[in-house]
Amino acid sequence: MEHSNEPYKYAAHHSKEEGIKIRKMIWNMFWVLLAITAVEVTLGLIWKEIGIAWLSVKMTFIILTLAKAYFIVAYYMHLKHEKTSLQNTIIVPYIFLGVYLIYMIVTEATYSEFMDKLF
Amino acid sequence: MSQTEVVDSKTTWAGDNNSPFGAGYGKLMMWFFLMSDALSFTGFLAAYGFYRHDYNAIWPTAENVFTHFPFIHSHQPLLYVAMMTFILIMSSVTMVLAVEAGQRMDKNAVVKWMFWTVIGGLIFVGSQAWEWYHFIHGTELGAFELGIGTYTLPNGSVEQTQGIIGRWVNDSKDVLMLPWRSVAGDITSEYLTLTGDELKNVLANGEAVYGANLTHNEYGHPLFADFFFFITGFHGTHVFSGVILNFIVFVNVLMGTYEKRGHYEMVEKVGLYWHFVDLVWVFVFTFFYLV
Repeated sequence: MEHSNEPYKYAAHHSKEEGIKIRKMIWNMFWVLLAITAVEVTLGLIWKEIGIAWLSVKMTFIILTLAKAYFIVAYYMHLKHEKTSLQNTIIVPYIFLGVYLIYMIVTEATYSEFMDKLF
Repeated sequence: MSQTEVVDSKTTWAGDNNSPFGAGYGKLMMWFFLMSDALSFTGFLAAYGFYRHDYNAIWPTAENVFTHFPFIHSHQPLLYVAMMTFILIMSSVTMVLAVEAGQRMDKNAVVKWMFWTVIGGLIFVGSQAWEWYHFIHGTELGAFELGIGTYTLPNGSVEQTQGIIGRWVNDSKDVLMLPWRSVAGDITSEYLTLTGDELKNVLANGEAVYGANLTHNEYGHPLFADFFFFITGFHGTHVFSGVILNFIVFVNVLMGTYEKRGHYEMVEKVGLYWHFVDLVWVFVFTFFYLV
């Protein structure tokens, strides 16, 4: 291939002005992640005293965790700004996995009793 | 940051030095590796979830296990692990700042942020070692693991087919507290306290345990210790190799390797790995320490 002498074109570059915006985004995300972690730890320590049901505490933890995971993957790992084909390659297997895990919880574990009550 | 080149489907898939994903080979392979590596961690955590649910009644609560904090001798549940989480998030921030600086070709800033990322990683690995030490070492008081057999207890006679851990209520070791939720069939009373002759009867069969290893765990079910060693150990190995990779890239940045190459994509690649390590910890933190 005669293209071998072409400069490598897939490395991302940006200007100083864009850099200022990106750094602002990075620090905003940092505060979001820190706030979520602080809420999780505080909730873990006080949920008994303020009398919230354990099930809702647990669900809150899981939702907050997924939110944190989204922020890290989308912004810090930059997946939000990659091509759709790359996003799908990474995300779609986890949609299948999620469906499978939910299936296992509903059918295999004794959580089905809890599910029966819920629905 | 992303490329703005207009391509139609014909040129995209023609293989003519084009990447349909708009990302370099190395970066793409890093993504694929991380995607599959995350599946391993999912497997571990799912297995953990299953066993935890199976032994829900006698499973130890993490906030009663990890209560130590350096130089403070009081009971500090979750504080240390919260600090570890903060350090890892912080090192993720310094990492993404290094990536950003690399895309501006600002070598000095990359050096600075890579340096702090390596330091953050080392503190995290050190903290894990410290936590393992305390978990393995256990408490001075220890606990009592009931042997397999039939016991006569206030709730009636029960047959015990697995090791149940009783915790001492005080230093004189004359009151033992058992997590008897499942066995006694009484869901409202979480613990059963034994004294006097009842205690003597129980102590005749079993052994004292101090700390945790793969077969005994003074804090509760041995599987808790097994999963703790396995999952945090596997994650710790990832952090450790991440620190090594970051250090190699740090040295390369110092030597100007990427400056000569014209781009800092290697920093981006180790950055992806480092964020992944942080991401896994987010899940381990929730499912091991909080839930």
